[in-house]
Amino acid sequence: MLARVADGGAGGEAWRMSQVVLFNVFNGLIVGAFYALMALGLSLILNLSGVINFAHGGFLALGAYLAYTLIPYIGFWGALIVAPPLTALLGLIVERLLIRPLYGQDPLYGLLLTFGLAYIFEDVTRMIWGAQSVPFQVPGWLMTSLSSQYFFLTGYRVFMMIIVAAAVGGLFAVLKYTRLGMRIRAGTRDLDTVSTLGVNVRVLRSLNFGIGIYMAGLAGVLAAGLLGLSPTIGANLIMPSFVAIIVGGLGSLLGTLIGGLMIGVVSGLAAVYFPSATEAVIYVMMGLVLLVRPRGLLGEEGRVH
Amino acid sequence: MALTPTCRINRHANKELVQEVPPIHAVRLDGPSRTSTKCGATNKQRIHRLARAPRAAAEQTIRTRERNLRKSHWRAGIDRRTLVKSGAALAAVQFASPFVIPARAADAVKIGLDNPLTGTYAAPGKNELVGCQMALDEINGKGGILGRQAELVVEDSTSGDAGVAVQKARKLIDSDKVNFLLGNVNSALSLAMAQVSNEKGVLHIVPGGHTDAVTGSSCHWNVFRVCNTTQMEANAVASALVKEYGKKVYYITPDYAYGHTLESGLVKAIGALGGEKVGGDLTPLGTVDFSSYLIKAQAANPDVILFLIQGDDMVNALKQAVQFGLDKKVHLAGAQQELEALEGLPPEARIGTWVMEWYWNQPGVPHVAEFVEAIKKRTGRPPTARNWFGYVSTWTCALGAEKAKSLKAVDMAKALQDFHLPPEIALGPNPAFYRAGQNQLLATLFVGNAQAKGSVPDDLFKVTKTVSGVEAAGPLEESGCKMTWPT
Amino acid sequence: MSAARAPALNAAVCLLLLFMPFWMSAIGGYTELATRIVVMGLAAMSLNFLLGFTGVLSFGHAAYFGLGAYGAAMAIKYLDAGTIPAIGLGVVIATIAAMIIGALIVRLRGVYFAMVTIAFGQVFYFIAFRWNAVTGGDDGLTGWHRLPIDFGFARLEIFNNDKAFYYFALAIFAICVGAMAKLLDSPFGRSLVAIRENERRARFLGVPIEWHVWLSFVISCLFVSVAGALYALLNNFTDPRALRFDLSGNFVIMAVLGGMRSFWGPLIGAAIFVALQDYVSSHTQNWMSVIGLVFVLVVRFFPRGVLGMLRSGAKA
Repeated sequence: MLARVADGGAGGEAWRMSQVVLFNVFNGLIVGAFYALMALGLSLILNLSGVINFAHGGFLALGAYLAYTLIPYIGFWGALIVAPPLTALLGLIVERLLIRPLYGQDPLYGLLLTFGLAYIFEDVTRMIWGAQSVPFQVPGWLMTSLSSQYFFLTGYRVFMMIIVAAAVGGLFAVLKYTRLGMRIRAGTRDLDTVSTLGVNVRVLRSLNFGIGIYMAGLAGVLAAGLLGLSPTIGANLIMPSFVAIIVGGLGSLLGTLIGGLMIGVVSGLAAVYFPSATEAVIYVMMGLVLLVRPRGLLGEEGRVH
Repeated sequence: MALTPTCRINRHANKELVQEVPPIHAVRLDGPSRTSTKCGATNKQRIHRLARAPRAAAEQTIRTRERNLRKSHWRAGIDRRTLVKSGAALAAVQFASPFVIPARAADAVKIGLDNPLTGTYAAPGKNELVGCQMALDEINGKGGILGRQAELVVEDSTSGDAGVAVQKARKLIDSDKVNFLLGNVNSALSLAMAQVSNEKGVLHIVPGGHTDAVTGSSCHWNVFRVCNTTQMEANAVASALVKEYGKKVYYITPDYAYGHTLESGLVKAIGALGGEKVGGDLTPLGTVDFSSYLIKAQAANPDVILFLIQGDDMVNALKQAVQFGLDKKVHLAGAQQELEALEGLPPEARIGTWVMEWYWNQPGVPHVAEFVEAIKKRTGRPPTARNWFGYVSTWTCALGAEKAKSLKAVDMAKALQDFHLPPEIALGPNPAFYRAGQNQLLATLFVGNAQAKGSVPDDLFKVTKTVSGVEAAGPLEESGCKMTWPT
Repeated sequence: MSAARAPALNAAVCLLLLFMPFWMSAIGGYTELATRIVVMGLAAMSLNFLLGFTGVLSFGHAAYFGLGAYGAAMAIKYLDAGTIPAIGLGVVIATIAAMIIGALIVRLRGVYFAMVTIAFGQVFYFIAFRWNAVTGGDDGLTGWHRLPIDFGFARLEIFNNDKAFYYFALAIFAICVGAMAKLLDSPFGRSLVAIRENERRARFLGVPIEWHVWLSFVISCLFVSVAGALYALLNNFTDPRALRFDLSGNFVIMAVLGGMRSFWGPLIGAAIFVALQDYVSSHTQNWMSVIGLVFVLVVRFFPRGVLGMLRSGAKA
């Protein structure tokens, strides 16, 4: 059954190998779902406002630290519910004060501003909570493995998948069925017309930004349970989000979702076959996609120029 | 004339002005006409004004619009010119300020610390700084170095940017004129800095950078190191690992010099005891998700998985391994462990056999308890090995100078050959001394098991045996250090 | 107002640069800081060739900077090359990479282009990180140092002598900057500015956009790699950090801070940024916040940069 059993020769080896591959693919989907959550928030902001939010990782870290601070008072579930909206609130403040003036200008400025914000966030979280990793308490029963064979399916990872699925599903539902979602979708295509039609575009952008940051905050709370919580937690996660968006295609949220999942799976497979290329492989994948289909897998025409 | 909102009338009249206004203004065609529009007055007022004096109204609106346009470029309300002027003044002060820095005691002995205070290694870096500061206070309390007060000049090397570390090292040496250089936590940065200190002939002590090359293949006469080499750590822990866990080993190694040398050291030491490596993975620093590596490790069917990664990586990997329930199938252990990492782990993940380079709970060893109390006053926690590294490095400068009766690097380096640390600095069961010809401190290594909690708070490590540095180090020739002295 | 039009400004800059080691020490700096300013200034100006004059935002220039650094370092360490050939090798490697990648991404624009340049930069970062045997991995390439340059008739001792290396770097800087100025003054340079101002119109006028953008990208990366090679020589060391996107971000902020639309702007931006970073990080552990604040303030209040502001101040 499992690796402990003495196996004989080539047959056992091949079976074990395929098992490793299979496990890595499954695991990759789980990890990829997490990347997709983060990338979706980033993509949402990018599509509507044209701002590359480099500070996304910083918001993720803030969400995680807020949850860490709240857990002693309202428990893990309370923190899970409360921390992301708090982060979104902070995001709204940042958007109102700093990012709003940049709309309509060169995307360069948005990029630089959020770049600077990322530095500030990292430093502030280090100032407040210290440089050392802090222990993030997740309910014990979540932290164990669900099955002896599929040991990487811990309760926490399954829980994370469920939350991600719910969040993504919720996001798509909001976009499809609510008026706000409809306006966001319309705004992604043609913001000027939407503005002419009487929609308050400022508020729309703010809300959109808020939703994006909510996703980042949620991803942060989930990440803290999965990984160690330190001020640099966001910095490593932002690059794969970019790749997810590029691979999936600019302008398409579904593409971003697929891109995120692909990243997880491809990294997992690379860990088996080309361990030293585990990080670089997602960029190779991106390069290939760009070669074959410059607008991304599900990207829209006209976004490229 | 229809009483349309005046803004629209002016919009036609001032097309070029309007063009520049971003089209994102909320234009509520169906909005209430009471509310104030961007034109700076309510519609009602404007209509009245228009009715009374059309031309004046138009001109006033143009002026208001111009003002708004100018303002729309910088909304914070601060006049840009003021900001520029104050910024320029501030910048001038920055550049002029070397003159404004309170005059330092012109004859102070300066110790330069070039360590990470930000980034991944901020925690150990800061702990080393605390140790340095404590040593400094003690030294100055006892009269300073050769009768002069000592001073610590601290620079942030950042956790990985060698360019910055080298720049700061040069700044400390050339601009601040430090007598000694201390640093770095990051092995690679220590090597880079060692090159600078050697070029400039400054005494350099590495508190906590572990790569063997520092006192091995890249050793220099002016570079001393306090923490152990990876080979020493491997030798110390190997027999405990093999005896407790078994012979088949899987390695999870960080992909940089420290990891490589530690792994090869362990392979050698464990191999000598009959163990074998059944597989391994190199993980880059900052890996957050170890699941694919753990899947592979488990599939290789080892007796024990050795986690050679450090810091946050260690915390992540152990947490995930325990979540997977791997600790029930395979043993988890490693080589170097630090109290900072154990503190960051959830209690159920504090498992395994490890070696620590210094541990605070040493019953029966004199002077340790005072040190522990003193550090607790400063940080609120018991000291870690990093505090001790910083403490020893700084004291070494003072003691070396005392012995050599000089601050010249060559004299001090010669005086430090085979130099024994006094017990209140060594703080361990075995004597601690810098081995001649290698400049490596040989002290004590503490082999033991991590524990979720001990009898005293923060006692997260149960020492099972201590190994003397001499025993762990092996013969001098093995280190690969060929030291040349300046003529 | 593109390439070096104002003779007074040119003269002022030249004088300041020629005597920098001397006045720098007088105000509390040190020669190495001056060299660092020159190297970063060259990098920022090279980036500005693409950013300010062609209007294309690349956030991944650190990749080519780092390739230049690694090329030079590896040449000295493994091939025992002299200083000039080492710089040459660094430039060749980086330029070839730029040519290939440029071809892949030249049809993209704006935000998309920026993101892709970041991502490609990361590929090189991870290659340098992982290819331990060759690049030294995370530890970087160490164990070598710059060698004296033998001109046959004279010997320039640049290793032990900070000032000598400064003037050597300054000479290289002058050559590169002169080349860039010449290019910007040529019809080719004019077309680039046209592309920046109104790409669609330039296309209708018959300017081959993709070809121009690609060439501008390659030229920009070429000069940035020279800066990278100098950086490696300055430190006697190179490591993967030289390839990371945060360094790219620093280049961009230097260009913007000094003034994207002017020729010397990025150099001034680099001077301010490098000096500020050096000063602030010596005095506080929270220098990251200060640097981040600089980014934010520049974008909000000085989008046209120092020189841009001075110019509009002079006009008004």
